[in-house]
Amino acid sequence: MNYLSGDLKVVGTRPIRPDGVEKVTGRALYSADTRVGGMLWGKILRSPHAHARIVSIDTSKAEALKGVQAVVTSKDFPEITSEVAFVGEGPMNFRDLSDNVMARNKALYEGHAIAAVAATTAEIADAALALIDVQYEVLPHVIDVDEAMQPGAPVLHADMFTAGVNPKPATASNIAKVVTFKKGDIDAGFAEAEVIVEGSYTTKPVHQGYIEPHACLATYNPDGQISIHASSQGHFMVRAYTAKLLGLDMADIRVNPAEIGGGFGGKTLIYLEPVAVALSRKSGKSVKMQMTREEVFRGSGPTSGASVTVKLGAKKDGTIVAAQQVLKFQAGAYAGSPIGPGCMCGFAMYDIPHIDVLGYDVVSNRPKVAAYRAPGAPISSFAVECAVDDLAAKLGMDPLTLREKNHAVNGTKTHYGPTHTNIGFTEVLQATRAHPHWKAPIAEGHGRGLAVGFWFNIGGESSATVHINEDGTVMVATGSPDIGGSRASMGMMAAEVLGVPVSKVKAIVADTASIGFTFLTGGSRVTFATGMAVTQATEKVVEQLKARAAQTWDIPVEAVEWKDGQAFPAGTNAGAFPPLDLAAIALKQGRTGGPINAEVSVNAQGAGAGFGAHICDVKVDKETGHVEIIRYTAIQDVGKAIHPSYVEGQIQGGAAQGIGWALSEEYIYNDKGQMENPGFLDYRCPVASDLPMIEAVLVEVPNPRHPFGARGVGEVPIIPPMAAISNAIKSAIGIRMEHLPMSPPKIRAAIDAAG
Amino acid sequence: MTSLSYAAPTSVDAAVKLLAGASGLAKVLSGGTDLLIQMRAGRFKPELIVDTKKIPGVIGIREENGAFVVGGGTPGAVVEAHAGMTKAWPGVVEALDLIGSTQVQGRCSLAGNLCNASPAADSVPALYAAGAIAVVVGSNGRREVPVESIPTGPGRTSLAKDEFILEFKFPARPARSSDAYLRFIPRTEMDIAVVGCGISVTLDANGVCTAARCSLGAVAPTVLLVKEMADVLIGHKLDADTLAKLDAAAQAAAKPISDKRGTAEYRKKISGVLARRVAQIAFDRASGKATGKTH
Ligand SMILES: Cc1cc2nc3c(=O)[nH]c(=O)nc-3n(C[C@H](O)[C@H](O)[C@H](O)COP(=O)(O)OP(=O)(O)OC[C@H]3O[C@@H](n4cnc5c(N)ncnc54)[C@H](O)[C@@H]3O)c2cc1C
Repeated sequence: MNYLSGDLKVVGTRPIRPDGVEKVTGRALYSADTRVGGMLWGKILRSPHAHARIVSIDTSKAEALKGVQAVVTSKDFPEITSEVAFVGEGPMNFRDLSDNVMARNKALYEGHAIAAVAATTAEIADAALALIDVQYEVLPHVIDVDEAMQPGAPVLHADMFTAGVNPKPATASNIAKVVTFKKGDIDAGFAEAEVIVEGSYTTKPVHQGYIEPHACLATYNPDGQISIHASSQGHFMVRAYTAKLLGLDMADIRVNPAEIGGGFGGKTLIYLEPVAVALSRKSGKSVKMQMTREEVFRGSGPTSGASVTVKLGAKKDGTIVAAQQVLKFQAGAYAGSPIGPGCMCGFAMYDIPHIDVLGYDVVSNRPKVAAYRAPGAPISSFAVECAVDDLAAKLGMDPLTLREKNHAVNGTKTHYGPTHTNIGFTEVLQATRAHPHWKAPIAEGHGRGLAVGFWFNIGGESSATVHINEDGTVMVATGSPDIGGSRASMGMMAAEVLGVPVSKVKAIVADTASIGFTFLTGGSRVTFATGMAVTQATEKVVEQLKARAAQTWDIPVEAVEWKDGQAFPAGTNAGAFPPLDLAAIALKQGRTGGPINAEVSVNAQGAGAGFGAHICDVKVDKETGHVEIIRYTAIQDVGKAIHPSYVEGQIQGGAAQGIGWALSEEYIYNDKGQMENPGFLDYRCPVASDLPMIEAVLVEVPNPRHPFGARGVGEVPIIPPMAAISNAIKSAIGIRMEHLPMSPPKIRAAIDAAG
Repeated sequence: MTSLSYAAPTSVDAAVKLLAGASGLAKVLSGGTDLLIQMRAGRFKPELIVDTKKIPGVIGIREENGAFVVGGGTPGAVVEAHAGMTKAWPGVVEALDLIGSTQVQGRCSLAGNLCNASPAADSVPALYAAGAIAVVVGSNGRREVPVESIPTGPGRTSLAKDEFILEFKFPARPARSSDAYLRFIPRTEMDIAVVGCGISVTLDANGVCTAARCSLGAVAPTVLLVKEMADVLIGHKLDADTLAKLDAAAQAAAKPISDKRGTAEYRKKISGVLARRVAQIAFDRASGKATGKTH
């Protein structure tokens, strides 16, 4: 059933956030807020070296320290043979994950975990770390992706032979994998082209910057039953990965999802949980661990930094006929950068006959990358959207017109395979052209940039249950951690189907023992896939409600209609019964057949790709190189906004993070490969006063595969900002900034170099 | 495992005695917005903390014949709310106002900013330009010294173990005098100066500068008082030629390093840029062309 054309009473409104009061009063329990009596504090010793062989680890002095109850090293974790299991947006190699959680033979980056202790106080744990004697043989290291690919670069993994090339290379290198996508005939395409532009671009690794550092509380009971309290983007993921890394049965582990203080992709893998469980097993006590911000920077995953080249060929009339891209992504210390999506997303916005994309997944001595909103796409699109802007300039064409001319529509076959269906890109471009921001004159000395972005979005496995309480109020439980307000949306969809006010519906996130498997919150999938499960479960409940009314009235169930939270006889033939509302049916549920509830699990397909266009006005201080964002508008096809405020929040947040990526965020390394700015003072996320009000414009082209038309919205908005800003800077000062971040010293240097 | 004593004496004498008597590291505490953070980061482990805030005079502002005396521990927010200081020393006030956020403003002090001895401290260039006098108290009594004699290097001061700053004196202002401070940061707030510049000037009735003090922050191990910049201004109006010379003098005086906050080359250029902009604001204020906040 779908509600695309229906007259909706709840979906599309803006009720108050159900988890808001707890959060603003400080009562919400985040990962670090749970404590139990007698618990120990776990801490991790991290490598000071970017690349070093671990010669020996002597933990005896630490173990002897009063108050220390357990010390673990990689020896306490089973060795995992190389095996790859596909988990959603990126491949996860559990051998690598195990090695990342606790280094086995080599420290592969500064911050790599080497050992861990559990002690009665955090201070004692710190003191114990200082007593662990690690002998390292320091090895040459490499950080930069282009350098890591050079012959002769220090090789991180002796068994890494580039996958995806034929024949298999004879020597190990830092290139884990090569990805190619081809459409048409690229040489023919460029031969046909009348105008060609080329550019080469670099981006820096950037951290997701979630405000809540990783933390957990783990208890290993004497009977082998384990409980873990932790926030994450998927408590089923935490359970599976912990089980895998420790060789345990999933049924023995129960993970309770804590409130999460941001993830943005960075909490789709684990760092602490297996360590805390191992320490708990050894000590017999509950173990609490929490990273400092410095550890978050040194030890947890940012997204890739990259080096990208783009070449575009077009006819004089603006028809793009050929597009070529080479992408080199830093994966961090282990294979697994988002090179795949990077290769997919750059050109997917356009209908181009000849496309050639080549991508490299490259390891270097940096923390293992983790997903970050639309993994790979922002990097790829930054390069493409700068090149498209340069092409417009060379053609003497307005950049929006060029995009209108070449944009992907339903039926466009992408270079990576699928054909676009049910997309709303045309509508996004129409809304862009119609927007007052696009029409407004550009103020003297300002510049305006435009860029577009695409993300495919995912569906996948989700479970939901809906229970009718005795008084007719409703409980909704799902297995999806609530990162962007999903409890509100889940409650709203259930309320809509039931025809009751949303205040009567409470949604929760159930733990791993209390609901069916649910894939992690990522890929902008929850409102789509989990929302589908909730809607279907609620529909099943409605069927039961109708059956109970039919039973009460002694008429066939087909003769009952459900509307506005009440059962009605369908038409006069069905009988003249007064309506039975939800509360009345609920009160008698025991006598009419027992509790009313339903559980639905889905593997949702048809996520519905998302497109966005961002318009940005900047002012550049030519003497200092400082860029001020004057006005920012983000237009996006959201399918259907279940709760428009949260959708706008997703768009504003994505744009804000993209602005940081564009202008100020970067990892700075010294010549030893150590990060010099592991804190928010020198790792510069934008602060509130750096940003104008970001106007989010919701375009609603319903996704017919979702009951309410929703499509994922959380990832598209981080894709266009970098190019939109680079394009705006070019419009302001006439200089193309190809290297991120476009920080004041770089801009001033570019201005000086231009004379 | 570690012990830490805290005392909040109510007189200068008691405070000095505590400091003099400490066997290990003793630290003076004003707002704590540097000290507590550095302790948490493990930069040092003091044995004793002496909080100055209960000592009479440490918090508050008084006017003495056009001069102002500002208690060393007076929070930034209190100074900014003081009409007399804002009028006479807008540059000092705007520099102090740049420190941190509203929350930090409720605590951060001039004494703490000066004695933390960071070359990038925001209020310090303004204090140097203002020619403020630090009133230092210790076992040997009380001495008055120019503020620029306090910091001696990053994190180091000329104060003895038993000394602390009680208050700052700002001299009475001649007519047509004013000051200004600007810093450059990549963001708009909650950041640390890449370069800071403070300038205080007195003009004659024709707009010619008769006295000037100029300073640069974050371009050397300590904040610099730059006489060459002042010499360029004195005897001149702020015309294009003077501005160009000021820019050059600032760039010549700046001896920055390249670090994660900016390259040496960039910092030199910005020193010149800021010097011009700050001079313009200070001259406009002194000549009555501009009043109030500039940022
Ligand atoms: C979030 C945040 C943002 C910040 N932003 C800025 C900024 O933008 N610009 C900037 O310049 N600073 C900034 N700071 C640093 C700090 O707030 C300032 O340096 C502030 O002025 C310190 O004053 P305080 O009173 O808190 O000093 P405290 O922390 O109390 O003391 C600092 C040092 O001075 C010594 N000391 C204190 N009082 C005296 C005294 N009376 N006599 C002798 N020694 C004394 C202490 O022993 C200590 O070594 C920031 C700090 C934070 C936490």
